[in-house]
Amino acid sequence: MKNFTYIIKDETGIHARPAGMLVKCAQGFKSDIKIEKDGKSADAKKLFGIMGLAVKCGNEVKVSCAGEDEAEASAELEKFFKDNL
Amino acid sequence: MNVIKGKGVSNGVAIGRMKFLGKTRTGVKRIHSENSEAEMSRFENAKQQTLAQLEQLYQKAVVEVGEANAQIFEIHQMMVEDEDYLESIENIIRSQSVNAEYAVACTGDNFAKMFSSMDDEYMKARSADVLDISDRIVKNLTNAQTEDFSADEKLIICTDDLTPSETVQMDKSKVLAFVTRNGSSNSHTAILARTMSIPAVIGAGEQLLDEYDGADCIVDAFTGEVYVNPDKETAERLTAKREEDIKRRELIRQLKGKENITLDGKKIKLYANIGGLSDVGEALRNDAGGIGLFRSEFLYLESKDYPTEETQFAVYKSVAENMAGKPVIIRTMDIGADKRIDYFNMPYEENPALGWRALRICLDRPEIFKTQLKALCRASAYGNIQIMIPMITSVREIREVRKLVSEVQSQLRADGVSFNENMPIGVMIETPAAAIISDKLAKEADFFSIGTNDLTQYTLACDRQNPRLEKYCNVYHPAILRLIKLAVDNAHAEGKWCGICGELGGDVKMTEQFLAMGVDELSMVPSLILEVRDKVRKCDTSKLDRNILSDIE
Repeated sequence: MKNFTYIIKDETGIHARPAGMLVKCAQGFKSDIKIEKDGKSADAKKLFGIMGLAVKCGNEVKVSCAGEDEAEASAELEKFFKDNL
Repeated sequence: MNVIKGKGVSNGVAIGRMKFLGKTRTGVKRIHSENSEAEMSRFENAKQQTLAQLEQLYQKAVVEVGEANAQIFEIHQMMVEDEDYLESIENIIRSQSVNAEYAVACTGDNFAKMFSSMDDEYMKARSADVLDISDRIVKNLTNAQTEDFSADEKLIICTDDLTPSETVQMDKSKVLAFVTRNGSSNSHTAILARTMSIPAVIGAGEQLLDEYDGADCIVDAFTGEVYVNPDKETAERLTAKREEDIKRRELIRQLKGKENITLDGKKIKLYANIGGLSDVGEALRNDAGGIGLFRSEFLYLESKDYPTEETQFAVYKSVAENMAGKPVIIRTMDIGADKRIDYFNMPYEENPALGWRALRICLDRPEIFKTQLKALCRASAYGNIQIMIPMITSVREIREVRKLVSEVQSQLRADGVSFNENMPIGVMIETPAAAIISDKLAKEADFFSIGTNDLTQYTLACDRQNPRLEKYCNVYHPAILRLIKLAVDNAHAEGKWCGICGELGGDVKMTEQFLAMGVDELSMVPSLILEVRDKVRKCDTSKLDRNILSDIE
């Protein structure tokens, strides 16, 4: 399993548009990808789940990838967070 | 006449008859169905149909409101395909042996509730999106037609709330304005109405009565007021307002994207004065070439304690990014004089306008100033930020500022934080002293911007807050114009540029003179930019009366 944590810099947090982009990005991998905030976790491949976390600017999220392509998935998602959030 | 007060979310005035749209969200019946496979296959068909419609809406929206705003329909497609959403529908169909319509409506309501119970205004507004897609699937299941109003006249559309898809689907050639009972300014409807330039008032509440259907009405989206059966006086006042607005829009249409160039080829930059983040949109809509004066005071005035570096950084960065590489000239805090703040603990002053204000506070309390400078330097990595120092009266002051900026920059360098090494630092010419020694200041500053309001009160010894002195506060006084000319000439002698950011900058009576003086930039409230552009484009400086500057020579 591969993990990383990230603090959201985007003022609006993970709102609908980046959530959609995030889901698309996660769906490109076979691994199970989870996003965790304050002990609540959601499947990164599910839009409502991610939006339900209501991640805001300044929140820390933990992203964990488990599966055959976990290394690539984790690297790609980390890049996604840095570029978009 | 009845006046309903809501919230205007786009600009404009509309005059016409009201048309109420009934909500097509008719109650969905729960029907027992043992044949779950059949219901699932009905649902699957409706889902595919829905996705195809959303794709069409997306394409239509891209053309009408642009890619960024159209993305909501892509999100809607993803919502329809969300695994949790689909699982819930399938589960209800199979476990409760019910019709697909019921399962969809039920799931939609549950997910909408999840959003509306969230402690976040933005997420709350998303419940409308879930209901929108669920309604669409239900309509496709029941083959219901979406209500289409096919009136011959243009109408003011009134309803509880508009979903994004309703907004885009509507035949805009027949819509004068939108008035809704609910809605938030975060809603996509508000955003889309703004982008499509349709006047819209939201949150009109229960005062918006169905019985007004067909009534004469005026919608003033500037103020958020809706006048039902307006009286003659109101109608006349708002007709004039509407005509003025139309004239402005026409001016924007004609002048947007055009250069600020005189008939004989002289160019001048026209920038916007802004007092906060919310003005940036207005600056861009009016085609500002940059921000010529960003008053950073609001950060201090709106706060209960000194604003942190992070708070300031976020604001500066956001403006820089929104202006996408265009110059953003940020004036460091100009507190004091008429702007007093409790937490600064400012001593009582007999004469605050001539007192402890702006840079004077900054240099006495460098810890406050360095926080602002650090936020500015950090933000300079994200766009074309330039710093402007107010209330300069001597060369020493600008040297001290440069020293503090260097200290901040060394610290950032040591911490590995990126910033623009060549961020320009300019000064305001707003004291007679600064204008008189502008030859010396021009060697130290990267640019000048003339603050005509303070320059006027200090030069003419006239308190601008005192109404009895109005006749002495002559902003066209030759003494002021001479000082302006002096500053411009001295800036040019050192190869620097000189602008005007006081009220005189947007005064079209002065545009010709400023062009003749060789002023490089004028900065003004956003709404004046296109008027001044119009004036510039009609000017021929080669044919200007030679005497235009004789008064000041």
